[in-house]
Amino acid sequence: MQMSGSVWAAQDTTPAQIETGLRDLLRERHARSEAYVPARVLNLVVVADREWRGEIQNRLDQVGRYHASRTILCCVEPGQDTIDAWATAEGERASSPTDVSILHEQVVLDIGSKHLEHLETIVDPLVVTDLPTLVWSPHGHPEAVDAMLDLAQIVLIDSVHEPDPAGALRRAQQLSERAYVVDLAWLRSTPWRERVAFAFDPMQWRGELWKISSVTVKHRPDSRAAGLLFLGWLAKRLGWEPGSMLSQNGALHGIAHARRQDVKLRLEPDETINAPGLAGVAIETASGLSASLDRGSGGLTARRRLRDGLEREWTVMGASRGEAGILGEGIRQAMLRDKTYGPALSAAQAMLG
Amino acid sequence: MATAPSKAEESEQENPLAEGLERLPVHPTILTIFGATGDLAKRKLLPALYNLAHEGALPERFNLIGVSRGELSDEEFRAQAKESIEEFSRRKVDPKVLSALLDGARYVTGSFDDGTVYDRLDAATKELDDEAGIVYNRAYYLSTAPSFFPVIVGQLGAHGLDHKQGSEVRVVIEKPIGTNLSEARHLNSAVLDVLDEDQVFRIDHYLGKETVQNVMAFRFANGLFEPIWNRNFIDYVQITAAEDIGIGSRAGYYDTSGALRDLVQNHMLQLLTLLCMEPPVSFSAHAVRDEKVKVLHAIDPPTPEQVSRIAVPARYDSGVVAGEEVKGYLEEDDVPEDSSTETYAALRLRVDNWRWAGVPIYLRAGKRLARKVTEIAVTLKPVPHLAFQHEGSVGVQPNQIVLTMQPNEGVSISIGAKIPGTRMRIRPVNMQFLYGTAFMSESPEAYERLIMDAMRGDATLFTRDDEVEAQWTIIDPIVQAWGSQSGPIATYAAGSGGPGEADALLEPGHSWRAI
Repeated sequence: MQMSGSVWAAQDTTPAQIETGLRDLLRERHARSEAYVPARVLNLVVVADREWRGEIQNRLDQVGRYHASRTILCCVEPGQDTIDAWATAEGERASSPTDVSILHEQVVLDIGSKHLEHLETIVDPLVVTDLPTLVWSPHGHPEAVDAMLDLAQIVLIDSVHEPDPAGALRRAQQLSERAYVVDLAWLRSTPWRERVAFAFDPMQWRGELWKISSVTVKHRPDSRAAGLLFLGWLAKRLGWEPGSMLSQNGALHGIAHARRQDVKLRLEPDETINAPGLAGVAIETASGLSASLDRGSGGLTARRRLRDGLEREWTVMGASRGEAGILGEGIRQAMLRDKTYGPALSAAQAMLG
Repeated sequence: MATAPSKAEESEQENPLAEGLERLPVHPTILTIFGATGDLAKRKLLPALYNLAHEGALPERFNLIGVSRGELSDEEFRAQAKESIEEFSRRKVDPKVLSALLDGARYVTGSFDDGTVYDRLDAATKELDDEAGIVYNRAYYLSTAPSFFPVIVGQLGAHGLDHKQGSEVRVVIEKPIGTNLSEARHLNSAVLDVLDEDQVFRIDHYLGKETVQNVMAFRFANGLFEPIWNRNFIDYVQITAAEDIGIGSRAGYYDTSGALRDLVQNHMLQLLTLLCMEPPVSFSAHAVRDEKVKVLHAIDPPTPEQVSRIAVPARYDSGVVAGEEVKGYLEEDDVPEDSSTETYAALRLRVDNWRWAGVPIYLRAGKRLARKVTEIAVTLKPVPHLAFQHEGSVGVQPNQIVLTMQPNEGVSISIGAKIPGTRMRIRPVNMQFLYGTAFMSESPEAYERLIMDAMRGDATLFTRDDEVEAQWTIIDPIVQAWGSQSGPIATYAAGSGGPGEADALLEPGHSWRAI
């Protein structure tokens, strides 16, 4: 075991020793300056393949102000028998001499596959008691997530990164029964959901919500789950009963039954966009109106076509959040509760039959 | 799950897509800034608009029009605005978003009392309506000298820009709302001759600060504090707004204002009302502001004879701040030699109602004090009986609850704890909660919140006409008494905790907290 500056490290160690090391680190920091105050917001437990440790740490570094207060990064190497650990406590730079410096702790564990089935017994002593715990396992390892469900209240997933959208949504549903799920695929659709809601907010457009006759959603080819969640959201919010969607030429087609008419649903992969998530949304109504949103410069390009055929186009402003921004948003959402995700998820599953 | 409504209900139903969204829809809006090339617009308003655009928080359709006296083309105004945003935005500027915000921005040049300005403004807004095929809401932001407020509102009325069929017209007015009660009444009257109160949004940017809004959360979202929030448990309250800086280059404004008008009449009375108000029945604009006004009405304005007993003005003299010698107020650039303006004001007020009767509420605000701090300190009454020996220790002190607005926003509670050892000796210790350790989100700038609220029509964080007048009713007698004083004003050394004369306001057993 060694402690150098603000790093504690040990090989073939135990959770109890790591916890003691962390306490020593914090005590040492506080002794150095009382201006260091530990953040107390959220425990984040990440389970990742060891070969991707650098990439994951990089992503976590880029979430900016949405750092968890204590991050426990479990790096999995299949043949590893022991637990090796590094712990750090880093302070944010204070903006003035009278400001406090907020400390974030990070523990990196090198563990083996054999540790995953009872991961909670390793992590439990390391989380800050009474803070919510969020678990994120970007490289699979479902057994580790399952093991953590008695300890973690929130699970972060990204349905977009699962190869099989149906399996991804099923897994999200299973997890939702035991924890609060934050799905990055859902968060990728947030700007689209907001702007569709805004488009139909003016009173002269509000009534058109009940006349929607078709919805087409374009998405990056790997992001079908995000598209399904978007359609599921619309269906639940507007009281539609969605039927199963069928595959045709790479796209999915389906019908949802609304009170007045059926609504044609279409999910189209779009090869031209780089970022995961949605590429465009087009909505038509039975009275001949149409509204669409597409990715554009400085935000989304909005188009409206009225009954007389007159078409208008403008930019709905907003900066791209990037992948780091999405992850940061996922961590932030862990502290909130979105009651519209669950119903959207159910409807999305129904569309896949 | 939303169920499909009947045809008759359709147009009136709430937007079912808005449920669960963090950002609620705001009607398409044209924001016109009067004084668009001024300092406030450059440093605060335009950067705030950019940050809202960056976050995707502006209305789905949004247009900006600048009005000012400087002769500028649309392109020149856009270039100026771009420069201001790049310099003062709190986040790194995305050039694409900035272009999207400013590419359609327009500029109307002219004097605010020139009727043709409003004709051109009317034409510009109608053109934007026509281009979009909708009727935009209008928000007029008066970022001008206060003397122009009635002029601009009058001209808006005279040109029929105060109301618009099918849209909402709102006017945002910056502080100060008058420099005394008479001016405030005159201004309110001039504004309300043209507009309805619901259309008027009087800014006190303090209310846009998260930490100020947290006073309400602290009081009304916790069962722990409200039961003791009354005269039975609270001995006294101190509200402090101390700055370590001097007046800088603001002598022109500050010397006509002083600490009382600059901070006490608006910001500090806002803090007082939030601290003392009864729980509102809802957090609607009317309910919250009704309760705040009741508090102000419960404070008896002092008579001229009482002023010297409840209020102390003072001015900073030269001194040492952070190891550096600094000038006194009278030596500052552009301050008149014979100035009698106060840079420090301390008051003792009473809220004469069932909850607060008999509890002194001390306010103090000043420049060039020992450090920058804004806080509310609530001191509880001492425990009725002490069973402990406490020789050899500080002893048991009354508990104090301190709400800090800046810096290090948070709440601390002092409690008595046993000093380790064989004897039962007590000293005060602090339980401290810092917002920065418990929330990941960065607080938005106050102006971002307030601009959005004004466009949305939510007036909760704005000052109502009767609220402004009630504030001035309390402050006006003090302004008048100090204005007619002929003797020298008390002084304090720059970098100190303020004048010793302020101690005279304290009741026996009370003391000022160290700054």
